[in-house]
Amino acid sequence: MEIVPLGDSALVVRVREQFEDAPEATLDEVLRVFQLLQHADIPGVIELAPAYTSVAVFFDPIAVLKSNGAANGVFDELATRIQSAIIPASRRHRRRTVVSAPRLIEIPVCYDPEFGFDLDRVAEHTKLSERQIIDLHSTSEYRVACIGFVPGFTFLAGLPKNLATPRRDVPRKEIPAGSVGIGGAQTGIYPLRSPGGWNLIGRTPLQLFDPIKDPPTLLCPGDRVRFRAISREQFAAFAEGSQNDN
Amino acid sequence: MNAVVTQAGFLTSVQDLGRTGFRQFGVSTSGALDSFALRVANLLVGNDEGAAGFEITLGGLQLRFEDERIVAWCGGEFDVQIGSRALPAGHVAHLQAGDELKFGPAQVGCRCWLGISGGIDVPVVLGSRSTDLRANFGGFEGRALRDGDQLSLGELRQSETAAPAGISSWSAPHDWASPASRHPSLRFIRGVDWNRFNDVTIQRFTRHEFTVSADSDRMGVRFDGSELKREDETDLISEAVAPGTIQVPPSGKPILLLGDCQTIGGYPKIAHVITVDLGIAAQLRAGDGVRFSEVTLQDAHRLLMERERDLERFRIGLSLQRA
Repeated sequence: MEIVPLGDSALVVRVREQFEDAPEATLDEVLRVFQLLQHADIPGVIELAPAYTSVAVFFDPIAVLKSNGAANGVFDELATRIQSAIIPASRRHRRRTVVSAPRLIEIPVCYDPEFGFDLDRVAEHTKLSERQIIDLHSTSEYRVACIGFVPGFTFLAGLPKNLATPRRDVPRKEIPAGSVGIGGAQTGIYPLRSPGGWNLIGRTPLQLFDPIKDPPTLLCPGDRVRFRAISREQFAAFAEGSQNDN
Repeated sequence: MNAVVTQAGFLTSVQDLGRTGFRQFGVSTSGALDSFALRVANLLVGNDEGAAGFEITLGGLQLRFEDERIVAWCGGEFDVQIGSRALPAGHVAHLQAGDELKFGPAQVGCRCWLGISGGIDVPVVLGSRSTDLRANFGGFEGRALRDGDQLSLGELRQSETAAPAGISSWSAPHDWASPASRHPSLRFIRGVDWNRFNDVTIQRFTRHEFTVSADSDRMGVRFDGSELKREDETDLISEAVAPGTIQVPPSGKPILLLGDCQTIGGYPKIAHVITVDLGIAAQLRAGDGVRFSEVTLQDAHRLLMERERDLERFRIGLSLQRA
């Protein structure tokens, strides 16, 4: 583990060096550190953000200085506190904080070419039929490795290797909300209308980001995710139903 | 009572000190790009430092007030008029009902922040009144202002209506009220990927002047000039970025991230502009020339602490003046 500055008001705790070698174990370890730091209540810490192999810690340097004088400097003070919040727990294996089992969330997706603009492109690259692509994508299990890019954008780990397809050379200026895409070895869902370069293979009628909800995203880092293929009719019924809820 | 937008200008949005606590869900900081300028403007008009104000980009905003209000602005060099009277940066004006406040085009710099007594009364979304212009929520209807918008203002305290009429002869310190420059120097600390760049590239970064490109916005300032190519082209694992981060995409043209930047990134981070200089960064406009100079992390924290102490003295001075 290493702790490196991210400017003067944040730092990054790098929990592991690699992600792809062991995505599951890496995510579990990152989430464990994330939860330990959440409960550590370190003075001056404002918020935490996990991503793949690391947990970023955002802090108010003034509050850190005021809370303890920080004779060793703000960074060293925080790094020491972070280390003592993380390391003893990992040594006391049996008494360590129990990381709750990740939730499994099912996301309905309509893989109709009306929504999956790039199914043909993925088929060409992977040498698979559109049917095979849909079957593979909707029978695999994924985990939310990170949320970013735009609010609620989920980067999912676990895409079958033979579905990997390079991003489009020229990104689209506008991608509809709910679009499900493949970008290199990753898959993910665009929560909002936004630009983007991933290959679109379908769309979910679910709302992934809603700023008036707490939490504002349907998915959280660490969640397990499955896609369930739905028809255009089911998509329309879903979309209608959620409108009536509002 | 309302502020009526008779002319919205190039890009005006409601901002406070930004949104924290939702970064794990990909929610950006947003907020005034120079949060210090907004804090000073708010203190000048008797608000809490974190009240919502307007961020005005390149000028053109015209507002009419339906009741009496105290206003002050800080930021770039703008000609601001109340009728035929000029309101310079960092001075305090007591407006009467019906008064109109007009921002001319920016002379130097590109943004300023207007504090209005009572603050702008828009709903708090995810803990902040800031507009997230990329995700379209918060602020006023999640968007930039348009001509004809009417924004409700917060309740006035009694002490504020008793403030002297007209425009104050005194002002906030000039460095705070008007920090813009056409050839600024931004102080930085090394980023975690500093060593991925060779000596020649590092010399370019620290010795050459970089020109601000036209496609800069609230997400980031893009630079033209020397290209900063790194030697190894291995993909990095995405991790957090923050306002102030200078990342270098494969083009070699550095990008300085600002308040609307995304929460994670995978480009190498060569450096981070220190917090006390983010206000200067917020003034950069196309064609400005910028140099970067290195300081230590300890210096960055010391400078921040000193500015905070100065602001505390200023706050005390203001309260004595009002008493």
